[in-house]
Amino acid sequence: MADPVVFAAQRASSGAGITEQRPARWTLMAVAFIFLGVFLFLPLVLVFMEAFKKGVGFYFSALGERDTLSAIRLTLLVAAISVPLNLVFGVAMAWAIAKYEFRGKAFLTTLVDLPFSVSPVISGLVYVLLFGAQSALGPWLKSHGIEILFAVPGIVLATIFVTFPFVARELIPLMEEQGTKDEEAAISLGANGWQTFWYVTLPNVKWGLLYGVLLCNARAMGEFGAVSVVSGHIRGQTNTMPLHVEILYNDYNATGAFAVASLLAGLALVTLALKSLLEMRYGAEIAATRGH
Amino acid sequence: MTAVPARAGWRFRQPSVIPGFGLTLGLSLAYLTLIILIPLSGLAWRSASLGWPQFWTLVTDPRTLNALKISFGTALAAAAVNVVFGTVVAWVLVRYRFPGRRVVDAMVDLPFALPTAVAGIALTTLYAPNGWIGALLGPLGIKVAYTPLGIVVALVFIGLPFVVRTVQPVMEEIDREVEEAAATLGASRFQTITRVLFPGLAPAIVTGFALAFARGVGEYGSVIFIAGNLPNVSEIAPLLIIIRLEEYNYPAATAIAAVMLIISFAMLLVINMLQSWSRKRYG
Repeated sequence: MADPVVFAAQRASSGAGITEQRPARWTLMAVAFIFLGVFLFLPLVLVFMEAFKKGVGFYFSALGERDTLSAIRLTLLVAAISVPLNLVFGVAMAWAIAKYEFRGKAFLTTLVDLPFSVSPVISGLVYVLLFGAQSALGPWLKSHGIEILFAVPGIVLATIFVTFPFVARELIPLMEEQGTKDEEAAISLGANGWQTFWYVTLPNVKWGLLYGVLLCNARAMGEFGAVSVVSGHIRGQTNTMPLHVEILYNDYNATGAFAVASLLAGLALVTLALKSLLEMRYGAEIAATRGH
Repeated sequence: MTAVPARAGWRFRQPSVIPGFGLTLGLSLAYLTLIILIPLSGLAWRSASLGWPQFWTLVTDPRTLNALKISFGTALAAAAVNVVFGTVVAWVLVRYRFPGRRVVDAMVDLPFALPTAVAGIALTTLYAPNGWIGALLGPLGIKVAYTPLGIVVALVFIGLPFVVRTVQPVMEEIDREVEEAAATLGASRFQTITRVLFPGLAPAIVTGFALAFARGVGEYGSVIFIAGNLPNVSEIAPLLIIIRLEEYNYPAATAIAAVMLIISFAMLLVINMLQSWSRKRYG
């Protein structure tokens, strides 16, 4: 019989002990591929198959309907308002949290994460409770003719709430890792605060910032639960694209629903492609905060 | 620069030469207060003003209890499924080389990027009795769409990236020499995986489970299409909140939301504790 130690060493050097046997490897790969195929790939393929089920002509006429076009316009408008706001305030928040040491910083960081741990429906509900007819503010708003709920401002607010963490969460770890040396050097060389931010900090974090904005935008355009609560579902007025998908689907217009859904799925694919590109090219310049 | 003597006593912030603290902190606090603190404290205030007896009656309403049970139960089942398959997927992505690995890796994030309503109608069409998968499962007597099982399917879809993206980086960090040492000492591959590798991965797996679970509990968009939404059977808590709102029954909606929030925050606390514990233990 062979010496067990020599045997084990031979086994290890041949790679037998540090990776799985071929059957085990193939089984694991098969399990992973079948699982991903059934749960990720099939739904994605189905969206496009269903969208073009009745032909290309039907597809484009479904997208060209008046209500669909107004849903697309509203979704773009909501993203165009909420993403820049979250960008500006996310950068300010990351600057305050990452560049200074102060009391209550941990609490502030927790607050930033909060929207991710709240159900989207609750994110919408809080605005209904705040601005609804039954609230303290409701009658005052009504008498002054200000519409927040079941109108664009409410949709924007709910979207901001839900997408708020993306930029700040991406930047905080990145800026903390980079420290304050570069900024201190710039200040000591006579730069003012704005110049320091624009010429020193921003170039250091630009890819991370783009990454955060990309994810923020994808969620802003795709948000359903929170927006559904505050929108009122008025066709042609307060319907965003995801809400319009629901309405068409419930109207038994599956092909129309999937046509609109295919646009959103296309947005998701573009987002994923850009995201992977950023991770591949600038992995080191993007904080390793994956998830969400 | 002269050394600043350590001043005794309370200090709000450490001194810094970088300007803009007041401005950025002020902006952050104003924004957080307007967008998050005021709306959330409104919810807290509304549920507190219900009073304990009314709150308790609303929360222990059978339909509410069942909705909460369904939400938490299906989220738990989906997170369990994701822990098993998500860990396998992460392992395959980290350890094996195959053509198209980058594409598969990128695809794992699809549930993050795909709007939930799109996922919802796609999964429903797939698992409906005449759908691609539903037609295969039907003859076996398995009904997925319009049953609680459908909710689990939707939540598996939603939760998968949480497990993979939590476990994957930890797997990438594993020092191969540890495995070589185990193999040299005569451990079988199975022993190496279960006794040497698994303990190091366990905290990440638990964190991934908790994140997928937390997300699943609050999920709405992908679930409502496939669930069938039968009260007491396949009606999730977020949907019941919306139903109560549409009935103008604000106290009930508030009470359900408050219960969900309390449980979610407790879970968030546990997740943070787990993460700091695993950081301390495994660096």
